[in-house]
Amino acid sequence: MSRPYVEIDNVAMRYGGVSGTLALQNCSMNVEQGEFIAVVGPSGCGKSTLMRLASGLWPATEGNVIVAGTEVDGPLPIVGMAFQNPTLLPWRRILSNVMLPLEVVPEHRKRLRKERPQYEAKARELLRLVGLEGFDAKFPYQLSGGMQQRSSLCRALVHDPALLMLDEPFSALDVFTREELWAVMQQVWMARKPTVILVTHDLREAVYLADRVLVMSARPGRIIAERRVDLPRPRTLDDTYSPEFQALTHDLRRYIAAARSGEEVVL
Amino acid sequence: MTGMSARALARYEAMAAQARRQRRLQTALPWIVIIGMFLVWEFSCRVFGISEFILPAPSRIFAAGLRWWQPLMWDSLDTLKTTMLGFAFAIVAGVLLGVAIGSSTMVYKGLYPLLIAFNSIPKVAVVPVLIIWFGIGMWPAVITAFLISFFPIVVNVATGIATVEPELKDVLRALGARPWDIIVKVGLPRAMPYFFASLKIAVTVAFVGAIIAESVAPNSGIGRLMMVASSRFDVPLVFAGLIVTGAMGIVLYLIAEFIERRTTGWAMRGQDQNLAVGG
Repeated sequence: MSRPYVEIDNVAMRYGGVSGTLALQNCSMNVEQGEFIAVVGPSGCGKSTLMRLASGLWPATEGNVIVAGTEVDGPLPIVGMAFQNPTLLPWRRILSNVMLPLEVVPEHRKRLRKERPQYEAKARELLRLVGLEGFDAKFPYQLSGGMQQRSSLCRALVHDPALLMLDEPFSALDVFTREELWAVMQQVWMARKPTVILVTHDLREAVYLADRVLVMSARPGRIIAERRVDLPRPRTLDDTYSPEFQALTHDLRRYIAAARSGEEVVL
Repeated sequence: MTGMSARALARYEAMAAQARRQRRLQTALPWIVIIGMFLVWEFSCRVFGISEFILPAPSRIFAAGLRWWQPLMWDSLDTLKTTMLGFAFAIVAGVLLGVAIGSSTMVYKGLYPLLIAFNSIPKVAVVPVLIIWFGIGMWPAVITAFLISFFPIVVNVATGIATVEPELKDVLRALGARPWDIIVKVGLPRAMPYFFASLKIAVTVAFVGAIIAESVAPNSGIGRLMMVASSRFDVPLVFAGLIVTGAMGIVLYLIAEFIERRTTGWAMRGQDQNLAVGG
């Protein structure tokens, strides 16, 4: 069997020096190429920290992070990230916000000047895919929160990242918008099959989208459980109310409850 | 506007008309205030019989301005030239230093105390030194205008860059952007509203700087004109100089504001939104 695409091996992360807060400890996980992983856990368990280590934004205090066979020691241009907030640049129109990564990632920035029409067409195609056709010339403040978050997803995808990191990208949205974006996300993933790591605290979201759900313990965070989701795709919102789905989320909920109370449990 | 009932349409029209009235009033208001001020001034001078030597009435000031319109114009243009030159230097140096201070804690820690010290020095006290260095001429005025208008630009540009949300930086950092990319793509655009806010202050204080230098070392410019006029006890002409200076300040302020609106509309959203535009 080939090597996993992302290997996180016994990683620890401590903030603010030797006596600082220990956010992660003995945290290990593997992600296969093209796999959709969801990481769930109680709040403050270090999910976002894990995300930042895996993307190379911060170095780990201990342990290794290996992506595509090489040790991560800085941000990787093959990574696309979306955050809890849309973090769009307010002075740029939507299209140019979406195209921002192309101006930065070395491989694309060289070609951008010559092949701008092709790149623009690609960005427009992505916007169409997430239901934002015709909004490319608007400024972010002219869009609703959900639409901004869609644009942010497009920006995370525009440079064809091999690895997509989603840090609670739907958690600031209302329930209906959130569910709508799950469907969009599923569609995007099925069309392009990137490797995805999604951090969330929403169990329905995790089970709906992921191939595998990992559960983190309370701080210092580590992976304490794993559940494979074998439901066929495309999954529908009705599926989320099926007995199998409910059983899975229920099961995961018990781990989270246990993790929150700090007990060591074997279920 | 299909599907709108007659009542809704009438109400919409009424709101739009109200918005139009309000906008017309807003445009007219500054003129009304200025004209009103001159009227009260004129009236007070006449009723209370204030001596022309203390406070000349506007009519006397305008008469003096008309009589000396040529020197007034040439000296104003001189002052405008020195001010704009000093101001241009201030923009270049201010933006460069602002970027350096805003994006590097080292530069900030190292330079800020010195900058504060420089800014605390009254510029009047510097003019004699400048004259020793550069001689009587336009340069002391240019440099004084520069020194006085440079500080607000530095502080504002630095603030704009230093207060960039960490999330926005992370967006670029996660893609492997170099620090320079982050400054150009996030820091500078983000600092633009701050920069323009500072320009509006800087352009008016640049005048103060130039005129201070012209009065301390009377060589040319409106400052010299006012010095000469006051030494001849021609108080109306002194006031005419003051009014011309104020008018030039307003014009430059408006130019700065116009450019600001054109370039940083994203930061001013909602200020000018009304029905007439939205419909």
